[in-house]
Amino acid sequence: MAPINFVRNEMLAPSAPPVREAGAVKWLRENLFSGVFNTILTLVGIYVIYSIIVAALPWWLNSVWNAGSLSECREIVAAQAGEGATGACWAMIRERWHQFIFGFYPSELYWRPVLAFGLLVAALAPVLFGGQKRNLTMILAVVAAFLLVTLWMAGAPLVVFVLSMAVVLGMIAVAQAGSGKLLWFTALYPALCFWLLWGGSIWLPVVAMLGFVVLGVAYLALVGRTSPMTAAGVGVVLALAWWFILDKPLTEALFAALPWGIEAVASDQFGGFLLAITIGVTAIGFSLPIGILLALGRQSDMLIVKTLCVGFIEFIRGVPLITLLFTASLLLQYFLPPGTNFDIILRVIILVTLFAAAYLAEVIRGGLAALPSGQYEAADALGLDYWRAQRLIILPQALKISIPSIVSTFIGLFKDTTLVAFVGLMDPLKGVTQIVRADINWKGIYWEPYIFVGAIFFVICFGMSRYSMHLERKLKTDHR
Amino acid sequence: MSDAAIDRSKMQISDEVAIQIAGMNKWYGTFHVLRDINMTVQRGERIVICGPSGSGKSTLIRCINRLEEHQQGKIVVDGTELTNDLKNIDKVRSEVGMVFQHFNLFPHLTILENCTLAPIWVRKVPKKEAEETAMHFLRKVKIPEQANKYPGQLSGGQQQRVAIARSLCMKPRIMLFDEPTSALDPEMIKEVLDTMIELAEEGMTMLCVTHEMGFAQAVANRVIFMDQGQIVEQNEPKEFFNNPKSDRTKLFLSQILGH
Repeated sequence: MAPINFVRNEMLAPSAPPVREAGAVKWLRENLFSGVFNTILTLVGIYVIYSIIVAALPWWLNSVWNAGSLSECREIVAAQAGEGATGACWAMIRERWHQFIFGFYPSELYWRPVLAFGLLVAALAPVLFGGQKRNLTMILAVVAAFLLVTLWMAGAPLVVFVLSMAVVLGMIAVAQAGSGKLLWFTALYPALCFWLLWGGSIWLPVVAMLGFVVLGVAYLALVGRTSPMTAAGVGVVLALAWWFILDKPLTEALFAALPWGIEAVASDQFGGFLLAITIGVTAIGFSLPIGILLALGRQSDMLIVKTLCVGFIEFIRGVPLITLLFTASLLLQYFLPPGTNFDIILRVIILVTLFAAAYLAEVIRGGLAALPSGQYEAADALGLDYWRAQRLIILPQALKISIPSIVSTFIGLFKDTTLVAFVGLMDPLKGVTQIVRADINWKGIYWEPYIFVGAIFFVICFGMSRYSMHLERKLKTDHR
Repeated sequence: MSDAAIDRSKMQISDEVAIQIAGMNKWYGTFHVLRDINMTVQRGERIVICGPSGSGKSTLIRCINRLEEHQQGKIVVDGTELTNDLKNIDKVRSEVGMVFQHFNLFPHLTILENCTLAPIWVRKVPKKEAEETAMHFLRKVKIPEQANKYPGQLSGGQQQRVAIARSLCMKPRIMLFDEPTSALDPEMIKEVLDTMIELAEEGMTMLCVTHEMGFAQAVANRVIFMDQGQIVEQNEPKEFFNNPKSDRTKLFLSQILGH
């Protein structure tokens, strides 16, 4: 038997690894050439990439930015790169970009959607980055800079400049004290945005927002005396009564007394990304709370609530979005009392919202199901009632689990807004592109508008995706 | 765990009834889990409930704060009868603390937030006061320095002590323990048991489902043995361990103490 005793007298100094085991050589060998099959795949991959570049590169390199029509573009490309060469004609984008962004919105009023967009970012910041003073300040500063430049370019009146700067700088000041109060701006923003985009009497959004005040006051007045559910129910009924009965005459009376307002813009003038973002953001904002309620309803012990939620979710998920959009544009008109003029964009927003809410409900239900029952039991055992347990314990965790799927649904929703083309609205992809191509100067242009629109969609959707990753990292507390 | 180390001066059992269970039956579907349970718990009692798995001991204490619903009989906790009335259920739950086998801390909240959540939202205690109370109980369970960490960063024993502190923050008059040490490593069991002993020394009414027979001998004033959903035997710990009457109890004790 070999001796089993051993003593080390001299410790070994560390030495460098062999060349084949370090740096780029090791990486190449492990990741690209680790076997015969992988080497072949790598070579094929390199060849495919090479072919794509060879085919597409000249088209990008020969881009033309200054031309009045597609034929002029082609002449310039032929003159520069020789007969038969291809080249992108970005001159079309240069001439028509405003239609991709605003549709047929009156050009002297471009400052209104621009301001609405800037303030949208400002309104979202406290929600997305609540409590992060540095991020908030940075975003608000970027908004201020953005508005300064774009409002000037759009030729906004001086008073708008002063007011919007005052609002954003005021928000920056409030952000230094604590971000909680900024949420008031977020709450008021929908009315402000509506008024900026569609214009008209200022009393319309003001009176509509007062409906929420009615709801809140009714709830607070009753909550001590009855259960929170009853108080909320009474509040909702009163608010609905306000909107359906009092809203219109009150708005008209106020406008007659104080005719304050700005030039109205009709819905059929909306188009391009203005339309996509209006529909997308509104639907995202409203579908999340509705989706949460549907998910909770589906888990409820109450038979009727549960049946209604399941029926709604399964119906909406079982029907293509386009069907719902046709419903919005045609059928709803039949069901509503004659003479009601229910705006087409509003109708589309409602149905897109419901569509997304049904998907979100299922996504959130997955998150709820993933929580161990011990969480419900611990909340119960501490004496938390149903709504508090949901709000404080269950939903924060269930929503956190569902973040990737929720954001996927949002991204899908935003891209689906292009489907409104089928009900005659001017979405950026089909609607605007068709109009551009109907112009005799740009007839036959194909790739450029789609690449342009695709790039903008990509930037927005990629942004959402990155934000969701940031949120997941921020909320990660399990230290697994 | 020696008897001598325990201060019994405050461990007084009063005549006041804390929990009364009469003729209680419970079924899971058609399975009869709890059969004709009758028991009265006086204020200040420290009761250990033991028995083989599936004997209904966890279900019994989970009925006391209505995590499980009973179908027959009566449960009265601190003068409030448990019925379908949600108000009564919430009232009982806010008076009765519960500690679970798997701790069930809220992983998205810090230790301090775990402890202040219920006092703030159920008892409407101001935040500052709730935090002071929470720190008091965290010091008591000897982990004040972990207050701003998340549950996932703590060891099992520490998490269970936080769970005890979280219950105590509601100032409960009765504490229920559902196998509090069963999910812990042996070395962590002691730190949790020490906390529970300290609680017993202060006169807390405790019902504890556990297999820690040392704890039962040292702290309990009564041991209840359950099998097949019924109370088979109950007695003072000394008598229960040294002189069991029922054959079922003898078999159980020989199995858990025999190795």
